[in-house]
Parts: sequence; C-alpha cells; structure tokens
Amino acid sequence: MTSATTELNQWIRFTPAQRLARFAVYLGMVAAVVWALKTIEIIPEFLYDAPEQVLDMGSRMWPIDWANFWPGVWPALIETLHIAAMATILGLCMGVPVGFLAARNATPFPWVNHIARFILVATRSISTLLWALFFVAMFGPGPLAGALAIAFHSIGFIGKMFSEGVEESNKRSIEALQAAGATRMQLIVMGFWPQVKPTFWSVALFRWDINVRESAILGLVGAGGIGVALNAAIDLLQWDRVALILITIFVVVILIEMMVMWIRKRVI
Amino acid sequence: MSSLSIRKLAKEYVPGKPVLRDISLDIGGTGITAIIGPSGTGKSTLIRCINRLIDPTSGEILFEGKDLAKLAGGELRAARRRIGMVFQEYNLVERLTVMENLLSGRLGYVSAWQAFRRKFSDADIQRAFSLLQRVGLADFANRRADELSGGQRQRVGICRAVMQSPGLLLADEPTSSLDPKTSVEIMELMRDLARENNVPVVINIHQVQLAQRFAERIIGMSGGHVVYDGAPDGLTQEILQKIYGGEDWLAT
Repeated sequence: MTSATTELNQWIRFTPAQRLARFAVYLGMVAAVVWALKTIEIIPEFLYDAPEQVLDMGSRMWPIDWANFWPGVWPALIETLHIAAMATILGLCMGVPVGFLAARNATPFPWVNHIARFILVATRSISTLLWALFFVAMFGPGPLAGALAIAFHSIGFIGKMFSEGVEESNKRSIEALQAAGATRMQLIVMGFWPQVKPTFWSVALFRWDINVRESAILGLVGAGGIGVALNAAIDLLQWDRVALILITIFVVVILIEMMVMWIRKRVI
Repeated sequence: MSSLSIRKLAKEYVPGKPVLRDISLDIGGTGITAIIGPSGTGKSTLIRCINRLIDPTSGEILFEGKDLAKLAGGELRAARRRIGMVFQEYNLVERLTVMENLLSGRLGYVSAWQAFRRKFSDADIQRAFSLLQRVGLADFANRRADELSGGQRQRVGICRAVMQSPGLLLADEPTSSLDPKTSVEIMELMRDLARENNVPVVINIHQVQLAQRFAERIIGMSGGHVVYDGAPDGLTQEILQKIYGGEDWLAT
C-alpha cells in the first residue's frame, strides 16, 4: 500500500566509480597502442611497396623446386620428426617426476613444491631457441642439441599440466591406500598414477604436436632438422627451394594435427 | 582381552575448541561396536585418530603393544597395515580393476616396485579370489571399479580392508551412501566377516536401528564426550535424547 510500489525501480549496471575505472582502462589501452606505434618507427615507404615485394618474392618462388624433395628435404624432414620424438620422450622423463614433486598432494613438503615449481617456470620461460643456442655451444651444431633444447623447454609445460592433473586426483582413494599402510612411492604407483594416466597421454600427444613445430624452426640456429635446410636455402636466395620447404612443413604439421586428433578421439 | 585401548584422547582442530574431549575406551572381542551421535560430534575424527589419518592432540591409542599416537614413518605404516578401514564413499581407486583394488590392501607388505609390477604373492591372489567368491563378486575380478554399483563397490572396499589381515576393522559410515536394503546386506557382511576372521569392528553409523540390530555394543557420543556405552537394548528414549538432543524427532 506504500507509494514506493508504484515507482519504477532504477537499475544501473555500473556505479560511477566503476564507469570511471572502465574508461581509464580503455584510455590506457589506446595510449599503449599509440606509444607502441611510435616506438617501432614504421617507415611508410617500406609499407607502400610491400605488395610489390610480395609479388616479386612470389615470382621467385615459382615454380616450386619439387625436384629437391628427394634427396634434399626428405632426410631433413625425417630428422626433424626424430628430434621431436626424442625431445618429447626426454621431456616426459624429466617433466613427469618434477610434476609429481610440484603437486602438493603427492609431495606434502612445501619447500620441495617450491623448488619443483621454480624448475617448471624457469625451463618454460627460456625459449627453445635460447636453449638451442646454449646446447649448440655445448655439444656443437646438430640434432642432439636440438632435441635437448626442445626437451628442456618441454619440462615446464609437461610438468605444469601433469602436476595439475595430479592435484585434481581423488584424495579419498589416496586416503584409503594410506590407511592400508602404503608408502609415499606406493601412493604414486597405485593411487595417483592410475588416476593421471589419461592426463599423461593427452599431455604427451599435445607436447609432441608442439615439438614437431618447434623442431622445424630450430635449424635456424644450427640445431638440426628441416630448419637447417630452410636457413641454407634463404641464405643462398633459392626461393623456389624455400617454397618447397615451407609447403613441406605446412603439410606435415597438418597431417600430425589430424593424427593427434584421431588418436585423442579413439584412445583418450 | 581388549585389542584397542584409547586413553584420554583429545583433538582440537582449532586451539581451545576441542572436538574430542578426554575419550577413554576399550574395544575388544570380535563383534561390532557402533558409535552413534549427531553430525559434527567427532565420530569421524575419533575413528580417523585411531589409524592416524588425523593426528590427535593428546592421549594414547594402545594397539598391539604400541601407542599409535606416538608412531611415525615406517612404524606407523606397519601399524596401519594391521588396521583395515572401510569408507563412506568406498574410496576405491576407480580406474583400477577390482582385483587391483583388493591387492592394494597388501601394499603394506610389498615394495613400491613390486606394486608397480603388480607382483603380489600367490597366497595374496588366492586370498583375494576366495574373498571375492565369499562376497559374490567372483566374476568381477577384472572389471574396473567404476563399473560397479554402490553396494558392489562397498563390498570391494570391505574385501580390501580384510585383505590386510587386520587386527582391527574401522568403518566410517559405511552405509550412509547406500539404500536401506543394501545397507543391511553390508552390515551383515561386516558382521560375518568380522566373526570369520576374528576381528573386532568399530563402526560410525547414523542409522540407530541398524546399529541396534547389528552391534553388540553401542557408544553414544555428544559434544565430543561419550555419553552412553552399553548394550543395544539399553538405548532408551531418554538416552537417545541425551545423545541427539531435542525430543520431537523421537515422537512416533
């Protein structure tokens, strides 16, 4: 019976303070873009003749040097795939233990978790190319340096995904095994491992997929694989050969993507 | 002879707010001892203190000549393998088979490497098969635990506990997730297996009727104290009121 029932209720999506904050964020974003454009110093002349340059490069790439596929590109491609496979297996061997050490439920010692987490962040934040430079200096150029570089960069990704899988596992099952007198190692073997096995396979496949792509560019710093051939072709201005290598990489990446998707659907 | 003696057990999760106050109990024989009481009164805490899934604040838990409250590391694991435990949510490793779940009751007796290769002794495997036969799951040995119904899973859980060859069985609300008929079957199984294997059983339970029907002794808890300890027929209306409080729920 009060008069308030006849009044229209006001609904305001944002308070004035929120509106001000949103405006500030937009303003900041625009400022960042403007500042960035100023810093990178785009030279207009280069921009204007870009279409011409692209056409020119295209004409040099045509006709594609198919004849060079065998025996030129094929062995390099196989080497790339081998580097990726080796790196993935090595990365799993190193990343999975560190992942268990980083998981708070499997390793209930905070200082160990912190050290393991530091390893995961550190290996991941150094890019594959930097690792490759390091290992090329250590072992000389070649596929060994490439495989190690990708393996070490993979530790962070594999360990992080894996430790998250471990931390999501059912703690009731673990409690039951503890109650039966299981050791920490037995908890991992009979309790955690069966639960994280699907995570393990999905991470392994995903990382292999990424590693194939990574190993394709590693040759740029001399760490073996198809990148070495690409680098050589660019240096020698053999653009028809460059085109062949790029197409090869593209096709292989797509094939592997399809294969991984198929395995995922069938197995995991 | 009592196989378990609890002396002045107390547990405080938050200092100054005890959940268990000065509990002293002797549990022996081969029958079922049922602990009843309202939710949050420390029944679960009491059961979990016995095998140290929860660490008590003070007191002694004497079992097979050792004070469990003081054990750590290998000694604690050796004591735990003598105490089987059955859980409300069964707590099986769902992605392992029924057989593997049963054999995990033997973890205290093998190395991690043996467990990884599933190298359990022939005696363990024969025992597992005969237990599965006993509980009517003989055809399920190679099925994955997550394919089973609740009642079947709980039977696997009980088998796992019995596989430990325990000197004491603990059960934390083993029937709370099951329908009434299955609950009775599970209680019957626990009672019979306890007799066959000569083990005393301590059960936390919410259903007073089930407790009265199957237990030889009832312990009523309220506010972290034991307020009743005696035969099932001794549970009068007044005592139930003392345990659970209120009276309206008792009206029939």
